[in-house]
Amino acid sequence: MKGKKTLTFLLMDAPFENARTTTALRLIDIAARRGYDINVFAYEGAVYLPFAAQKQHANAVHGHDVVQEDHPLPREWVEAVVQEAAKNGGRVDWVNCGLCVDERGATDAVAGVRRGSPADFWKMATSSDNTLVIATK
Amino acid sequence: MADYLMIESRDPFDSSDVANFLALAEGLSKAGNAVTLFLVQNGVLPARHGARSAPLAVLAANGVEVLADSFSLSERGISANRLIPGIKAAPLDLVVDRLAAGCRALWH
Repeated sequence: MKGKKTLTFLLMDAPFENARTTTALRLIDIAARRGYDINVFAYEGAVYLPFAAQKQHANAVHGHDVVQEDHPLPREWVEAVVQEAAKNGGRVDWVNCGLCVDERGATDAVAGVRRGSPADFWKMATSSDNTLVIATK
Repeated sequence: MADYLMIESRDPFDSSDVANFLALAEGLSKAGNAVTLFLVQNGVLPARHGARSAPLAVLAANGVEVLADSFSLSERGISANRLIPGIKAAPLDLVVDRLAAGCRALWH
């Protein structure tokens, strides 16, 4: 693909906590729609973003059942950007930091996510057109 | 000289170190670099007329391109016509454009 780019993103925030996650996935989605090759290195709490055991829940305070609440799940967003990139001729290589996974017991991730180490981030960064580190506060 | 993309996600009411990030933008610009400051999330709050908007106006007047994420503005009910002079609304796509173009990118 002419003009195809490779971008790397490093994420650190755990899901359900900060708007940085939303912005990061918005950026990844834009790149996926362009058919870019995208590398994501998920560090620390971010390894829970693709955690497969995330479940929707009801909201008794609002009187909503599970369907009415329709709680968003980051694992579905991760799956969506992986599919979007593939649909447009790109790919998402999502690497969860292995030590961070072990510390948190976040071993069960959605399809398309692999285990790695910070060395993978170095390889990603050195082979990309650009890298954006979205660190926690 | 280089092209810099500086992304500010924090607001100065919550994070006093925003001033340091703006000072870095000013310094890079004065050194002859092309600097874009992209405001996102609560970082767009001082783009309105208000108590903390003056530093952004000064940056914009001194050669830094200051942009505010249109989605973040909409989320917070800030219309583009409420932005201070020198700041424009822009889609997040611009960040991906600049990353793809090889700008040196910093997130705060």
